Order: sequence, then C-alpha cells, then structure tokens
Amino acid sequence: MSGKTKAPTSVLNDAYLRGVFFQLALAAGLVLLFAWLIDNTLTNLENQGKSLGFDFLVRTAGFQISQTFGTWLFDYQVGVSTYLDVYYIGIVNTFLVAILGIVAATVIGFALGIMRLSSNLIFKSFATVYIEVLRNVPLLLQLFFWYFAVLRAMPGKREKLELIPGLVGVNITGLYMPAPVPMDGFSYCVMAFVAAVLITFGVRHYARKRQEATGQTLPVFAISVGIIILLPLLVFVLNGSPLSWSIPEFKETGAILRRGYQPGAGMLLVPEMLAVWLALTLYTAAFIAEIVRAGILAVNKGQTEASYALGLRPNITLRLVVIPQALRVIIPPLTSQYLNLTKNSSLAVAIAYPELVSVFAGTALNQVGKEIEMIFMMMAVYLTFSLLTAAFMNWFNARVKLVER
Amino acid sequence: MSKTKTDNAVSFVRTEEAPLLPPPATQAGMIGWLYQNIFASMSDFTSIGAALKSLMVAFLTVVIVYALAMQIVGLVDFAILSAVWSDPEGVKREACWTVEQGGKLPVGWHAACWPFISAKAKFILYGAYPNEALWRVNLTYAVGLIGLVWALTPVLPYRKYVGVALLTLYPVMAVVLLTGGGFGLSAASVGVYTIIGLALISIGRLARARRFGVAAADLSGVFGILGWGFVIFAALLVVLGVDFNLEKVDTRDWGGLLITLVVAITGIVASLPLGILLALGRRSQMPVARFLSTVFIEFWRGVPLITVLFMASVMLPLFMPEGVNFDMLLRALIGVTLFSAAYMAEVVRGGLQAIDMGQYEGADAVGLSYWQSMRLIILPQALTHVIPGIVNTFIGLFKDTSLVSIVGIFDLLGAAQSTLADPAWSTPVQGITGYLVVATIFFIFCFGMSRYSIYMENKLNRGRAH
Amino acid sequence: MAQAKAAAKSQSGSENDVVVSMQHVNKWFGQFHVLRDINLTVEKGERIVVCGPSGSGKSTLIRCLNRLEQHQDGDIIVHGIELNNDVKNIDEIRREVGMVFQHFNLFPHLSILENCMLAPIWVRKTPRAEAEDIAMHFLTRVKIPEQAHKYPGQLSGGQQQRVAIARALCMQPQLMLFDEPTSALDPEMIKEVLDTMVELAEDGMTMICVTHEMGFARKVANRVIFMDDGQIVEQNEPEAFFNNPQSDRTKLFLSQILGH
Repeated sequence: MSGKTKAPTSVLNDAYLRGVFFQLALAAGLVLLFAWLIDNTLTNLENQGKSLGFDFLVRTAGFQISQTFGTWLFDYQVGVSTYLDVYYIGIVNTFLVAILGIVAATVIGFALGIMRLSSNLIFKSFATVYIEVLRNVPLLLQLFFWYFAVLRAMPGKREKLELIPGLVGVNITGLYMPAPVPMDGFSYCVMAFVAAVLITFGVRHYARKRQEATGQTLPVFAISVGIIILLPLLVFVLNGSPLSWSIPEFKETGAILRRGYQPGAGMLLVPEMLAVWLALTLYTAAFIAEIVRAGILAVNKGQTEASYALGLRPNITLRLVVIPQALRVIIPPLTSQYLNLTKNSSLAVAIAYPELVSVFAGTALNQVGKEIEMIFMMMAVYLTFSLLTAAFMNWFNARVKLVER
Repeated sequence: MSKTKTDNAVSFVRTEEAPLLPPPATQAGMIGWLYQNIFASMSDFTSIGAALKSLMVAFLTVVIVYALAMQIVGLVDFAILSAVWSDPEGVKREACWTVEQGGKLPVGWHAACWPFISAKAKFILYGAYPNEALWRVNLTYAVGLIGLVWALTPVLPYRKYVGVALLTLYPVMAVVLLTGGGFGLSAASVGVYTIIGLALISIGRLARARRFGVAAADLSGVFGILGWGFVIFAALLVVLGVDFNLEKVDTRDWGGLLITLVVAITGIVASLPLGILLALGRRSQMPVARFLSTVFIEFWRGVPLITVLFMASVMLPLFMPEGVNFDMLLRALIGVTLFSAAYMAEVVRGGLQAIDMGQYEGADAVGLSYWQSMRLIILPQALTHVIPGIVNTFIGLFKDTSLVSIVGIFDLLGAAQSTLADPAWSTPVQGITGYLVVATIFFIFCFGMSRYSIYMENKLNRGRAH
Repeated sequence: MAQAKAAAKSQSGSENDVVVSMQHVNKWFGQFHVLRDINLTVEKGERIVVCGPSGSGKSTLIRCLNRLEQHQDGDIIVHGIELNNDVKNIDEIRREVGMVFQHFNLFPHLSILENCMLAPIWVRKTPRAEAEDIAMHFLTRVKIPEQAHKYPGQLSGGQQQRVAIARALCMQPQLMLFDEPTSALDPEMIKEVLDTMVELAEDGMTMICVTHEMGFARKVANRVIFMDDGQIVEQNEPEAFFNNPQSDRTKLFLSQILGH
C-alpha cells in the first residue's frame, strides 16, 4: 500500500483548515453586523423622512463665513456658493492653518529641543518648563486662553494697537497687514525666482564635481542665498518695481459707526485664525522639541568624538555625521506630529474658525441635516491625509534603513 | 624586533605622591558651577562666528531670565499676594470689584478672586450631582484610588488580584453607585441566560472529557468561554437591575472632574481588551484577521477625535434599532473607547514586537496552543513593557476628554465655562481665575502621570539591562 | 624631594623628534583630581603602552592629547604645536594625531570606503579619486579590501576595529592613540587586531596604547607605563617592568592581571 504517507486529519484538527474556518466565521459575523446596522439606519432614516444622497452639495449655502483665505480663494458669496464650495473652503482653511502651524512649530520646536540640550542652565530650564507646561494642559484650554484671554483683550473695533506704526495694527477684529498687489511684470520676478532656485541646484552640482576633482570647496550656501536674493531683486528693479502694497486704512474721525479699519485695504487675519495658529504651533512645538532632543541624544557621543579625532570641524561633523543619523530617528515621529497638528485643527470648531469641521459639521450640518454623508465626507479628508502620511513614513523608513547583517 | 632606544634612562619609579590639589575656580565650587552652567556657553571668542554666537547667547539669556522672572512674579502676585481670599459679607462679586465698579479694591487691581472658586468648587468637581448623593461619588473615588495605589505599589501582597478586581468588579460597582442602579430586573431573562450558560459550560466539560469524540474535545474551550460569558452576563443583569434604594442620578447631572475621570478611565479600561485583540489580529498570520484589524486601527487613528464624537452623538442613534435610546454620555463613551482602542492596539503591538522571538518559539516548543502561549507567556511580558505607553495614552486621553464639552457634555472644562456665565460672580477676573484653576488641575494630573510613566520606564529598563 | 624623573632625552639631536611633551599636566572633573602632575615625553618611533586599574586616568591622559578632554594646568605640546584654546592649534594637532576607540565609532550610515575617505576629502581637501586610492591602500594594509563597499553593520567586531585603524591611518598621522582597542572584542577577534597593530609598530609608527594586552606590550613596546590614581607610578622597558616591578602598587596590579 504505497502512496499515502499521511493519515487524513479530521477537519476540526487541521490547523490550516481551522484558520480558514475561523476567518470565514469572522467575515460572516462582520457582514451580519453591518447588514443589521445598515438595516437599522435605513429604517430610521425612512421614519424621519430623510434620504441618502449627495445632491445637497449643489444647493446654495445660506450662511455667512468669516473672511479667510478659503473664502477669498473661492469667492464665497452667501446665496450663490454651494455646499460643495463650503466643503472646499473648509478643506482649504484647514490646510492653510495646518501648513502655517507645521512651519512655525518645526522652527520653534527645533530651537527648543536644541536649547534643552544646551549646557546653559537658563536655556535648559526655560525649555523644560515650557515643554512640561504646554504638554500637560489640554489643547482646547490653550486655544481658549489665546482666543479669550489674549485676543479679546485687544482694543475694540474703533481703536487699534499699532505693532508697526502705519503698517501693522491689531484690534478685536483681527490683525491688519499690508497686502501685496502684484502688477504687470511681477510674473517675471516670479520666473526669475524659479530660475534662481534652479541655478542654485546647478551651482551645487558644479561645486560637488569640483570638490571631487580637486578637493577644493566652494561656499555653496552663501552663493545660493546670494543668487536667490539678488536675481529676482535685479529683475524686480529692472521692471520698475512692479509690486504695490495695499496698506490697511484706519479711519479715526467721522461718523462713529464708520470709524476703524476700512474693509478692502490691506490684509486681514481674523482673530480666530490667529488663535488657532498660535495654539497649534506652541502646543505641537513642545512635542517636536522632545522628538528633536531624543533624536540628537540617540546619536552616540562616540560618533562626534571619532569625527573630531579625525580633524573634522564641528559644523562639518554636524552636517555629515550627526544630523544624518539624528534625522533617521527624528523624522518618523515628526511626521506623526504633523499629522496630529492637522487633526487638531478641528478643535477650531470651538471658536468658530471656519475650517472643515466647523463649517461642515457645525453650521452646514444644522442646515442640511444629512449627517451620514457629511460626516463621512469630513472623515474622508482626514483619512486621506493620514494614509498619505503613513505611506510616506513607510517609504522613508525603508529608504534610510541602516544596512546591517 | 628593534626596540633600541635609550635604555635605563627610560625607567622611572614614583617615590612620592603627587599633591592632591583643589581644582581651579572654573571647575568646581560656586564659581565653577556658575561658569559651567551659564557662562561657558558665552565665553568662546576665538573667532568672529564664535564671538557672535556668544553674544547672542548672552543676550538671550538675559532676556529669558527677565521674562521668566516677570512671569513668575506676576503669577505669584496674581494668585497669592494680591488675590482676594474670602468673602465674609457674602456679597459675592462685589468682593472682587475695584472702587470704580463699586467695590472696595483699589483701581487697577487685577488678581485672582478665590471666593468665586470656593463657591463653584462643588460644581467644578461634581457638576450638578445632587448634594445628598455626593458620598457615592466620593466612595467611588476612594475605592478606585486605594485599589490603584495598592495594585501599583510593588511591596504590597495580592497586587494581581486587586488589579483584576479593579478592572472587572470595580466598574460594575462604580456604575451602580454613580447612576443609582436599579435598571429593572427581568427574572425570566436572567433565568434564561443562566440556564443557557450553565448548559454550555456542562457541554464544554463533557466535551473535554471526550464524551463527544476527539474533535469536540478541542473545541471545549469555546463552549466554556461562551458558557461563562452567559453566566457573567446574567450576573451583571442582576447587579444592575436590583434596586439598592439609591437615588437615581441621570448622567446629564454629572459634570466637571467627575465626567472627565469617568470618560478617561472608561476609555482606557474598555479599550484595553479591545486593543489587545486588535494588536494580536494585526500580527496574525490569518489574512482576514490582519486586514480587518489594520483597517480598523488605521481608520480610527486617521480621524480627529472631534469627528468621532460628532459621529457618535449624531449618528449612533441612527445605527440602532428603533426605540433604543442612548444616553449622551454613553454615546461619547463608545466613541472614545473605539478611538482609544486603535491607539492602544499600536502600543500593545509595539510591546509584542519588542519580545524576543525566542519567547514565542519556546512557548511553541513546549506545546502550548496559540491562546495559551498568549495568555501565559507573551501577554504578561508584553503588557509590562507597555505600561509606560499605556500611561502616555491615558495622559493623551485625559486631555482629549476636554473635547466632549463641544458635543454638549459638561466635563471639567465645560463646567468651568458654564460657571463663567453666572452673573452673580461677574468680574473682570472671573474668566482668568476659572481657567487658571482648571489648567492647574489638568496640569497636576497629567504631569503626575507622566512622572509615573518615566519612573516605570526607568524601572523596566533597569530590570532588563544586562 | 628627589624624584627619579626620567624623560627620554634625545641622544642624537634632531633625529629623535619629540612628538609628545607633557609637563606638569593636571586635570580635574569637578572636584575630582583625575590627572596629577603628569610628565611624559614621547619620541618619534616610540611605542608606549599605558596600563593601570580602571579609574586611574589612563584614557583621560590620551584623550587630552587630541583635546577630546581639556587639561586645566600644565603644558602639552604635540608635534611642536602647543595644545591650548586656539582652535587653529587644535585643528592642526588633530590632523597629525589619529585615534582608535574601544567601541570603534565607525559611521554606520556610510560605507567602509566612505568612512575612510571622509576626513581626507573634508580636512586635507584631497580630490575624491586620490582619497579613494589612499583608502583602498590602507584597507589593503589592514587586510580587508574586499569589504570596502559594505556597511559597518555588516562586519564583525574585529573587522570593524581594523577599519577604524585604517580610517585613522588615511589621514597619515604622525602619532596613533589607541584607547583599549580590543576590550570590546570577542576573544577570537583580538588577535587579528593586535596583529594589525604590531605590523603598524614594525613600520615605525609612533603610538601610545592604553590596553590590558600584556603580550602585545612585551612584543612591541619600548616602554610600559603604569598609572594609578591619576599619577604615573612606574615606567620601564617591558622586560624590566614585568619581571622586576619596583613599586608595591605595580606589583599588586600585575599580580591581578597576570594571575589568570
């Protein structure tokens, strides 16, 4: 009796079959659960006289939105713009405050992290106190602090507090700054700027080749900065300075209801946006500082010692030995913090800054009432951003992995 | 090998000790400490770049010292020195008014109004909970605190039992005490569940004794778990249903610190088992389990908590069959639990990954089944490793509970905000005093927990260092 | 106060350059007086082994020579350059002094070849092709040219230390310092590193080694120095040192390490 070497195992004992059975059971259970939930939902919706559908997006929105970048970009007008426009405006405002926050938080966070590593006790203590206080108080509370305590303490609508006399002033309606008004010929300056950036890449390439051939180095950084500043500036001057500024106008006399900053002149940053930006920046900077500190500490002290022993000066050591290794440790948690900052911008709903959650789940939801569609549309935006960030982190980690046995 | 050099001129023997001298001033002592910690970073003038850097450091140091000093002085003055501490005449807000407004304080006074806080203290800590029933809240706090300290202090006996009781029996007790219990008992359903449960347990026992064949013996565990599940469920129904003669307190009357603690603790405790399952699922070899776990985790981690809360408060009633009405707090708790479970899963997964492959292999080698090896070998080690991670998640959750104030639940922050609307206490410093107190409470909790987490991490690292 | 002080005096004038001269060097770590009145002169071509119990200051001594530690009192002159706060002096000294560490300290994000080429390119401004030749030359000398394109994480401990030696040699230093180079290695890899160091000595490199490998000292050293409590207690030629230690402390130390 040749052939059969294994006795057939019972269906219930075979590990593989058991696994398959378990997974089928799991999948079936989930399908049943979802079916039940969906059934309930449809029944409830029917009873309330509602229906599912995205056609509400083309209806016009009947509410005012604070003047922000999004409303400017999409030229929002009450009664004309649709709910889809509202959705886009929310997304744009979210990402605007997120990007501004990310830039500012990174700068402040890195500075604080380096301060915390300093031998100067004053710097170290200040950074430590800042980090501990800001990390242990909820962000919402900090947001309220900036909004109510600071910005509401600003002078009223008919007065102002000048930060730069004649140019930058602030009162309870917001921060007023000169707005750039590009004129004919400004596009040449922009092209010159892009050209300057491309030239610096060329300069870098050339300098590197030269160093490989002769060993001599060029001050690439200084040259690049020079080109990026001077070339567009030259084009700017040659074109007759095609940039004018819209200066904020403040009327001090006349009818009392007309006094104050005049609309249409200068650029306005509403206090809600400033509060969200400040709160997000300072809060996230505390976490970034700790990440930076951990990253730099993760680089063995022996690395700097070996580098100095070879005769490499401190700035070269930092650039070629310490920072590459530190960045490997810093970048993954750093991108997580960027993602957190973007998600945290949703707290702006508490002070009515018109970002996504605020306009869509706050005001628009009240008017339209299509909870399921709208909440899923919102979550889709955040999910997309999260998954993109996760993909980036995976790619980055795979790329910079240290080669080991 | 050529070693020719000067011969005996090389030899040397020290006959007298070199003197043990005190260090120069810049190394030790008061001046040394000052130099090393403050002035060393400002005294490098060997090149232009270094000199510029030193000057900038010096300038910044002065600025920071000045700014910090002003802030600290300001804070001490606001909170202690200039503050109003009592309101003996019971005039409420007038006690904190300046002369301009009609009170007694000098013009330009701007400091804390503590009588406001003491009047509102109960509201901030308990919300609108009826005063006669406050003892129940205090009892719940006390039992929880004692249990927690007991379970966490290394030297005390029976720590594990206390810990398990804290995770299982304590929540039931807390629910009964805080809500008042007495949800109604249906003897019939309790009876049915108990009988089903006992039946399943018996089948399991018999199966294990091979009465139904070899195949069923392996599945006896499943029967046993299901059976005990039914019995425990029946017991829960009894405990929650029996009327202990406690005044019922609707969750809408809960508020302040009570809500914050309830949401945060429930979130963590409930998300722990779910998180463990998800972590195991994500690491599983079975593609379906892995896919489902990953999707779940990435979904809840990818959206902001506020959208989850909106979803829970607005959409949950739609998902449930007609007539099932969810209390607002319960909806928030469900949202928070699902959200927190995703983060908990990642923390536990990190712990599982940190365990050496050898442990898994060793468990397999002695013949333990998957669930047995998880229960007896892997999870105990993984969970100890992740305690710092769990505490950090808890700190984050504790802060995030402040978001429930946006969906209309009065947590600590919400309670503070509503006290600001009380006109009887309206003063210019009302807002700042209130927010200052709330910020301090949050800070004490979060900072304390983070210190504990660091302590645990150090302890675990020391144990592992070899 | 007669101290039998012996400094190797040059017998034939400029032929025996003094590479290292330490006079009355003192160093403190806070209150702790870690180097006490160190006097040491090293001539070109000499091989010095420094030994002593842990905490005796031997690592600190050689780390002061390339300013990884800073001395507070006394003079240190390396290759004719005074070691003080002047950054230019420090840079020059570090170019001429190479160091090998106990834990190798190779740069893990760079390949072996790049590890060796880094300093010649950025410090001596060598063109890349020439730097690569120099690196391959020294990697061949330490007998691992085939590993040039691998990364430190892929090599064994002994191989990594040999790369560290090659990396230091690529700067063509006048003096090599070794800080317990074999203490972190598994026993079977110690020999390959010591063999490399012996070859280096035979080629005439001036070196100061802090090590416990007494076999190496016997084979190669001109002088063995024993340090204890921050002071140089005894120094002598190896044979005399090991067979006829004078001081009690030396005898105690030798009995402890040669006993097993």
